[in-house]
Amino acid sequence: MAYLVSHPDEVKVVSKRFGMGATDIDRYLELDGYEAVQKALGMGPDAIINEVKNSGLRGRGGAGFSTGMKWSFVPKQSAKPKYVLCNGDESEPGTCKDRLIFEHDPHAVIEGVMIAAIAVGAHTGYIYIRGEYRYLSVIMQKAIKDAYAKGFAGKNIFGSGYDLDIYWHGGAGAYEVGEESALMESLEGKRGIPRIRPPFPAVVGLWGGPTVINNAETLASVPPIILGGAEAYAKVGTPKNGGTRLFCLAGHLNKPGVYELPMGYNLKKMIYDVGGGIPNGRELKAVVPGGSSTPVLLPEEIDIAMDFDSVAKAGSMLGSGGVVVLDDTTCIVKFALRTIKFYQHESCGWCIPCREGTDWLKKTLTRFHNGGGVKKDIDNIYYLAENMLGRTFCPLGDAAAMPTMAFVKKFRKEFEDHLDGKPCPYERAGATEPVLA
Amino acid sequence: MRFSDEFETRFSEMITHYPTKRSALVPTLLYAQDEVGYLSDEVIAELAGRLGLTELEVRNVISYYSMLTTKPRGKYNVQVCTNIACMLRGGEEILDHCKKKLGIGHKGTTEDGLFSLEEVECIGACSWAAAAQVNYDFHENLTIEKMDKILDEYKKKGTQ
Amino acid sequence: MADVTLIVDGKKVTAPAGTLLIEACKSAGIEVPSFCYYPGLSLQGACRMCVVKVEKMPKLQTACTTVITEGMVVITDSEEVRQSRKAMVELLLGNHPLDCPVCDAGGECELQDMAFSYGAPESRYTEAKNHREEQQWSPVVYFDRPRCILCYRCVRVCGEGMDVWALGVQNRGVSSIIAPNQSDHLECEECGMCIDICPVGALTSGAYRYKTRPWEMNHVGTVCTHCGDGCKTTLGVRRSDTGMEIVRGDNRDKSGINNDFLCIKGRYAFDFAHNEERLMQPLIRKNGKLEPSTWEEAFELIGRRFREVRDKDGGQAIGVIGSTRTTNEENYLLSKFARAVLKTNNVDHHRSADFPALAAALHGKPGKTATMRDVLTAPAILLIGNDATNQHPLLAWQIRTNVRLRSAKLYVINSAEIKLKKQAAGFALLPAGADAKAVAFLSGDDSVLDSLAAAGTARDAWTALRDQVRGEQNLVIAFGSELRGADIEKLAAFASTLTGAKLICLADYSNSRGASDMGLYPDLLPGYEPAASASKFQQEWGSLPAEKGLTLPEMIDAAKDGKLKALYVVGANPVGRLGIDPFLLSKSFVVVQDMFLTETARIADVVLPSANAYEKSGTCTNTCGDLQLVKKAGEVTDCKPDFEMIVRIADAMGFDVRGLVPFGGGTHSDMGQTRGAQSGEADRHAVWLEAHNLEPKMTPFDPMAILDEIQRVVAGYDVSRVNLLAGADQHIEIAEGGAGAIHKPELIVPANDGLFSSGTLGRYSKTLNSVMENRSADVEVAAD
Repeated sequence: MAYLVSHPDEVKVVSKRFGMGATDIDRYLELDGYEAVQKALGMGPDAIINEVKNSGLRGRGGAGFSTGMKWSFVPKQSAKPKYVLCNGDESEPGTCKDRLIFEHDPHAVIEGVMIAAIAVGAHTGYIYIRGEYRYLSVIMQKAIKDAYAKGFAGKNIFGSGYDLDIYWHGGAGAYEVGEESALMESLEGKRGIPRIRPPFPAVVGLWGGPTVINNAETLASVPPIILGGAEAYAKVGTPKNGGTRLFCLAGHLNKPGVYELPMGYNLKKMIYDVGGGIPNGRELKAVVPGGSSTPVLLPEEIDIAMDFDSVAKAGSMLGSGGVVVLDDTTCIVKFALRTIKFYQHESCGWCIPCREGTDWLKKTLTRFHNGGGVKKDIDNIYYLAENMLGRTFCPLGDAAAMPTMAFVKKFRKEFEDHLDGKPCPYERAGATEPVLA
Repeated sequence: MRFSDEFETRFSEMITHYPTKRSALVPTLLYAQDEVGYLSDEVIAELAGRLGLTELEVRNVISYYSMLTTKPRGKYNVQVCTNIACMLRGGEEILDHCKKKLGIGHKGTTEDGLFSLEEVECIGACSWAAAAQVNYDFHENLTIEKMDKILDEYKKKGTQ
Repeated sequence: MADVTLIVDGKKVTAPAGTLLIEACKSAGIEVPSFCYYPGLSLQGACRMCVVKVEKMPKLQTACTTVITEGMVVITDSEEVRQSRKAMVELLLGNHPLDCPVCDAGGECELQDMAFSYGAPESRYTEAKNHREEQQWSPVVYFDRPRCILCYRCVRVCGEGMDVWALGVQNRGVSSIIAPNQSDHLECEECGMCIDICPVGALTSGAYRYKTRPWEMNHVGTVCTHCGDGCKTTLGVRRSDTGMEIVRGDNRDKSGINNDFLCIKGRYAFDFAHNEERLMQPLIRKNGKLEPSTWEEAFELIGRRFREVRDKDGGQAIGVIGSTRTTNEENYLLSKFARAVLKTNNVDHHRSADFPALAAALHGKPGKTATMRDVLTAPAILLIGNDATNQHPLLAWQIRTNVRLRSAKLYVINSAEIKLKKQAAGFALLPAGADAKAVAFLSGDDSVLDSLAAAGTARDAWTALRDQVRGEQNLVIAFGSELRGADIEKLAAFASTLTGAKLICLADYSNSRGASDMGLYPDLLPGYEPAASASKFQQEWGSLPAEKGLTLPEMIDAAKDGKLKALYVVGANPVGRLGIDPFLLSKSFVVVQDMFLTETARIADVVLPSANAYEKSGTCTNTCGDLQLVKKAGEVTDCKPDFEMIVRIADAMGFDVRGLVPFGGGTHSDMGQTRGAQSGEADRHAVWLEAHNLEPKMTPFDPMAILDEIQRVVAGYDVSRVNLLAGADQHIEIAEGGAGAIHKPELIVPANDGLFSSGTLGRYSKTLNSVMENRSADVEVAAD
């Protein structure tokens, strides 16, 4: 379904089985499948957690928290059952990497869930896949069934005496459910409203039991770490940013696609070399480096290493790996509006600043882009975003506020060009050239 | 009411996967919607009864998820993504084209009941933008011309 | 739990570990604002108003979700905090309509208050506001969507508090909306808690909306006159053409035994007071028809006829039927009037619970009855019979709250699967009418087990339940009118085998207990003193009638035979409520004091329009025995309190009323105490007197003068007057009274009122009637 691309700089760890028919469990076994989990069974929980800690693996969902650390927060003893929950609710605009993993290598996710479960002492794992990915749910349900048939899941896995059930679960359209506590609510059959934290899921999660929640790519990265060792994995990336990452190159590029590159790969090179540069002889205007919630970078800001710490230092975030490239025909006001329209649509509505703030921003930006803007609107937009930031119930409010503030700060002039009843300068120029022409 | 055998098999297995029955609610609603076309009062009452919930609780959940609907839709639900990556690659123009071609707006349904149209948020096809889904099928790297052909094909399929 | 010390705004604050920061601040007198936080309901963290700065935390923290820790340093008021709160108010006001001038909540609105404290004087908002039309969800519940700020208090109080779960949240984002359970309307208990708890004017009451502005009302805290639970209610009153109109009932100040709880009746069903069928002047039967008359003519006629009958046929030819809704003072006065003036023991009332049996069972054994407050804190509760959700809404609320917040154990024994079963740790289904057997079983009689198990609860389950109950300490046992006479003695004996067990006898009307305590029985005087041996009352009241009195059914029989020449009915409707054939009373001279032309009033010779409990002052005693002050709130011109009418009839009979009411001499001015909220200068004087615990007892119509006597002579009522006047509830110890009596069980006639019916009052409440008409399901209504 989704098209595969490749580039010589790629280091294929998570994507090594892409296009190789690994959805078939026998084929997966031929390609080292289910070896890591068997090794993990022999290692025991502490050794697994240490290995993952040492690998420098950080959450691929966007927050970039150390995976090994997260696992270590789960109490060893618990009166309530423990769970592992795979977050496959991929919804951050600009991001389409988990989709490829589910499509080409579903067993790697299952195996990752299993290793996480063994590490924390859980006997049940859920793989939550967003509702729109129906074909991937079909693939995953079959993969799980096949794993059960082989005795890899269920009672006494691999004859180890360890019981481990793996289940698929599906969503039905809600970005907010990608937030880990909202994900648990959704799995429990409720509205996807985040929970009050603390307590954190590692202590009180699904049905009150300790729960590890990891992104699908994170979990798919675990088997290679166990199999190849933490050191080898860590070495691929930059310090404290172990391994590789699936970068989704999108927008105004000649060769968009999902590429697996080492952590810390240079962004400029990613755009001009891996992504093939800007089409139609246009100039680069801006880059959204890690999904729509990350602050936009200007062309002069992109000579940076794509790891969590370097991007943060540049004033943005590595996020979910969705690199969206904007050429100089793009109206930033329109882009900001489209971004905020998304968050307004996806706000769960629970807290005042996110619910009201995203709606207000959408209304103001709509009017503004239509030529109804007045000067003080620009400051108002910034003021609103600034007052949402850090004050919402969950990170969705921040996700809406951060890019908005960056757009205003970095492109104030462009906002001013929309003032006083002037139509959008980019639409006037008829600049929306078909990219794929 | 009774759904298809496939639904019933899946349902009876799925509720064994969780410590609480209601946990099966969200995916079950989507599968029920796929069969009935929408979440009718009857479906809501049935699932509420099966999962030990009030109808209000079921409605609260349905109204939260954007894929779930309590109103009938066309046979083919055309969902055009206009989010940032698709917007940069002509998603809005494709949506406009669909509106014109089908003669309906966002969340509208053609009179013959064949098509519904929806502007949707990111569907995870950013590197293959512009993209759309017709029901669950992805259509990617779209241009207006390509979309035009796709709609024609569905029309042919639907009127055969 | 151990105490934790933290620093809030430089002040040392100590609170138990586990306390929420917002509560710790409150305890130190530091207010942290919030919309969504509500004590006793689940935490939301949604409104973000309660943000404070906690040292070492990068972001502002919500005080409602932060648990205090040792050494925590908190700043609740800084530029950053104020700006954050201001921003929240600005954001809310973006879509909130500024229709405050016509909004019911205007002047009492928490959003207004927040805007006043934190809001910006200038609005940045220039966009169109989202709008949706107002919806009517039930006769009493309206929802104005744009005003809703989504604090979810209504959803929680309905679900967690009421266990009704009729409200939900639908859609998401800015489209989020509170939704009723039936798509476009509500099917619920109509308690109005959702309206009461709404911080803004989003949920408004059908009874109150657009009637007045809050500042145009006076507010009088009194006691609800419907069921026997005795909820405190604050009535909002306003001048009207016919006196003082009651426009609202709530208990927002959370004073009283019910905190902020009220059921539909307490919240809306005060409207009977303003029903257009209300009698406004005395009626006298002339040529077979009831004709309007004057008070003077009526009192003269009644006084003359009563005196004639008494002097010619003796007191035993006169019957007196009292009320379960009049005050203790009125009931006491009636009891005294019957004995001392009419010279009869023929006194009775509509009995709905067997208090004399409870008095007999506990005689001389104090400390065995529970208060309504005890139900909220007891570690365990046993409910035998009664459907408290419908018949004793406050009791049910206390039980649910206790189970939810304090993990109390509830045991239910009932012949129906009542709603409280959901909260029960143990439930046993009884065969109909087998409540007495359940008591026998609890007491150790296993021979009844087979018949008990017939309803479906297995023998083992019965035994397990008994074992659990026997293991409970400080158990509160509440029982319905299913248990009477000797069964109550048996239950009390069982309770005495448990450590700290206390009883509650459930009666149906607001002052059923008071009527009983004040001796509205043929054989009992106030305080359950047997009439046959009441030397104390002989000294107080003078010579008492020697003849044995008649019960209510016996009075009717005597009337049939022509032996009962006169019948005085005060605030009761035996013809309507007890199914008495009106023809049987045709030979008697019948005087009825009532608000309406009831079935009994229709056959009367004289009908006197009376004031109801919201229109007079005094005290009443709830079903648990909690004594509370009743204050005058409303007034309908030309209706008189029963108290005054009794006194004036005595006067018209030529009796020296000083012998009836020991009021002070000298002045004839009413100091205002009988007028209540509409008081002027004189009333303020009375307020001052009361504030100094000097009650104005200036007229023979002053209930406080009788309260003095009650406190002096009725056992158990010698509670602190100061506390009573201060509005506190005082528990009456029934065990300190007389020997009580074991009566025939059939003298108890349950009212069978549910949530939406309330005897005669309910019939004249348009709100209750409209709610019942609106319900799709068939609701059982008490035969009336």
